[in-house]
Amino acid sequence: MNFIKALSTTVGAAALSVSMGSAAQAVDLQFFFPVAVGGKAADTIQELTDAYVASNPDVKIDAVYAGSYQDTITKTLTAVRGGTPPQLSVILSVDMFTLIEEDAIIPFDGLAKTDADKAWMTSFYPAFMDNSMTGGKTYGIPFQRSTPVLYWNKEAFAAAGLDPNIPPATWEEQVAFGKKLTKRDGNGNVTQWGVRIPSSGFPYWLFQGLTTQNDVILANDAGNKTNFDDPAVVEALQYLVDLSTKHEVMQPGIIEWGATPKAFFEGQTAMMWTTTGNLTNVRTNAPFDFGVAMLPAHKRRGAPTGGGNFYIFKDSTDEQKAASFDFIRWITAPEQAAKWTIATGYVAPRPDAWETPAMKAYVADFPPALVARDQLEFAVAELSTYQNQRITSILNDALEAAITGAKAPAEALKEAQAQADRVLSEYR
Amino acid sequence: MTRRVEWIYGWLLLSPALVLLIAFTHLPALNTLWGSFFSTPRGQRPAKFVGLGNYETLLADETFWQVFSNSVWYAVVTIPVSVALALLMAIWVDGKLAGRGFVRLAYFAPTVLPLIAVANIWMFFYTPGFGLIDQISGAFGFPSVNWLGDPDLALGAVIVVAIWKEAGFFMIFYLAALQSIPPQLREAAAIEGADRWTFFRRITFPLLMPTTLFVSVNAVINSFRLVDHIFVMTDGGPDNASSLLLFYIYEIAFKFWDTAYASTLTVVLLVLLSVLAVGQFFLLDKRVHYR
Repeated sequence: MNFIKALSTTVGAAALSVSMGSAAQAVDLQFFFPVAVGGKAADTIQELTDAYVASNPDVKIDAVYAGSYQDTITKTLTAVRGGTPPQLSVILSVDMFTLIEEDAIIPFDGLAKTDADKAWMTSFYPAFMDNSMTGGKTYGIPFQRSTPVLYWNKEAFAAAGLDPNIPPATWEEQVAFGKKLTKRDGNGNVTQWGVRIPSSGFPYWLFQGLTTQNDVILANDAGNKTNFDDPAVVEALQYLVDLSTKHEVMQPGIIEWGATPKAFFEGQTAMMWTTTGNLTNVRTNAPFDFGVAMLPAHKRRGAPTGGGNFYIFKDSTDEQKAASFDFIRWITAPEQAAKWTIATGYVAPRPDAWETPAMKAYVADFPPALVARDQLEFAVAELSTYQNQRITSILNDALEAAITGAKAPAEALKEAQAQADRVLSEYR
Repeated sequence: MTRRVEWIYGWLLLSPALVLLIAFTHLPALNTLWGSFFSTPRGQRPAKFVGLGNYETLLADETFWQVFSNSVWYAVVTIPVSVALALLMAIWVDGKLAGRGFVRLAYFAPTVLPLIAVANIWMFFYTPGFGLIDQISGAFGFPSVNWLGDPDLALGAVIVVAIWKEAGFFMIFYLAALQSIPPQLREAAAIEGADRWTFFRRITFPLLMPTTLFVSVNAVINSFRLVDHIFVMTDGGPDNASSLLLFYIYEIAFKFWDTAYASTLTVVLLVLLSVLAVGQFFLLDKRVHYR
């Protein structure tokens, strides 16, 4: 009885909203967004969306929190396959090829009508556009983008006889500092590790920091050929493995991603590699003075970018596409981008956002926020290929096998390359 | 005439359940079987008939075999241990002991908690360095253990969580069954001079057999069905060491979007579960004493 009642109410409401929609000639947009950091991000997206709708009464935007990045792509692709995609969504930049292959999205180029539109599309940091363009077309607009940085505990540095204001600048220094920072108790058990590079879930991301520093790329721009068995990649993995086994400055085995900030706060590790998205978290919770630095360099400086882009979906009316374009242009404008960065710690994706008064006041108060931006100059595109999830899984499995000692780095990566070739050969 | 009316009446009574079962269980199962003979459609490329191609891929897929053996180990350990533990706990809280209600509640609590929440609690127990287990063992001078990050330990670590979660649930069934055993039997056995072990072996345990059958069928199903904690605790890692069949199916279907291969894996799981269920009913049923 209740079920029937609820059903008829729902049907009635749906019929009502359809008739109202056509009467007012308003453009309805559905907008999926993920949240990968604290709860405040969802509120900020809602605030920004409401502000846009208030000044554009002919557009209605239904902003739907869709879970993690993984949940969001799953929900979106399910909706696409069911014939009812959202009009726009924030999804990982590396899922671009997957979305293209599903024939789900359209490039922004066709929607840019005026010179101002075209200028807007080139106003972002080039490091972020690497993951947003392919075949000369722009499929994604950078929004919640990040990059990994090194956090260090200044008190632990001082206690170990190191200069608390100088982080390690090279791989060798990271090992040398790590040896001084690793503390053992009477039984030989470690009470404080030197460094922590988390490896659970998606080890490929931080590993890409190491490969970039070793001056090698993991996949080509066309996204159909990987480079996993390159000697320089093997060397980077060997360095990562050696941190635990040979130099004994990092906890052995797989290191949990989520527990990493906590381990840092608890003094379990004196240095950690993690995303800038944790900046506000560390600032609020670290009970000691800490520093933020670029990742240590080897042959060169380097780090991957990460995070989500805006995409516009194909299966919508022209009005909806135009309205989506306008909304994305508005929300990535300097003032809005600055507001978003201050609320979350994500890197504002365009230089002029850093020139706004709000942003200048923020970085004057908290200079570590600048480190991630300055690192962009050395950053490369995050690993992204066709069948991206499968390829990164192959690499993750190989990395985990090497980190846990099940396979030697060269052997694990050689097998991973062979598996990746089998998947990608049909895209060449 | 009346026979015909009864016949219609019977089908009418059956129809609501039948419609739901066909729509949400049988048709999707057949659809899955059908889908396993085709390739995955991607964007512009439609699905094409590949015959047993997906099954050949499956036989050559090393990850599948690893996941399969993980699932077997997971079932082989979880089922007997959780059932035995449940029986033990039920007998313990069936007796006269102080604070009986509290102990029963404590044993049942894990069942009430959602598995995701349970997994998050256990994540904290297992965390190397400042996790509960390491803090306790560290106090005695033992080295830190990376439970979830070591391929030799990860599967065992998730099995412990499953047992912890399941045993309390099964205990409730055993407790109810124990309380329905007439006390005269115990008195009669006492007069005959039977000791407690003989009484348990000859009377209590046989009388519990219907419950054991029910509980073990449930345990088998759950051992293939409960994978929520894998998502939270290990994500199947390291290097698939803690990945289970259902988790792997989810990964293939909703991370890699290889729906055809996921259908193939699902067919394997369906066949496996059917064989187990049929086997259990036919083999165990003979040894069950119904009153």
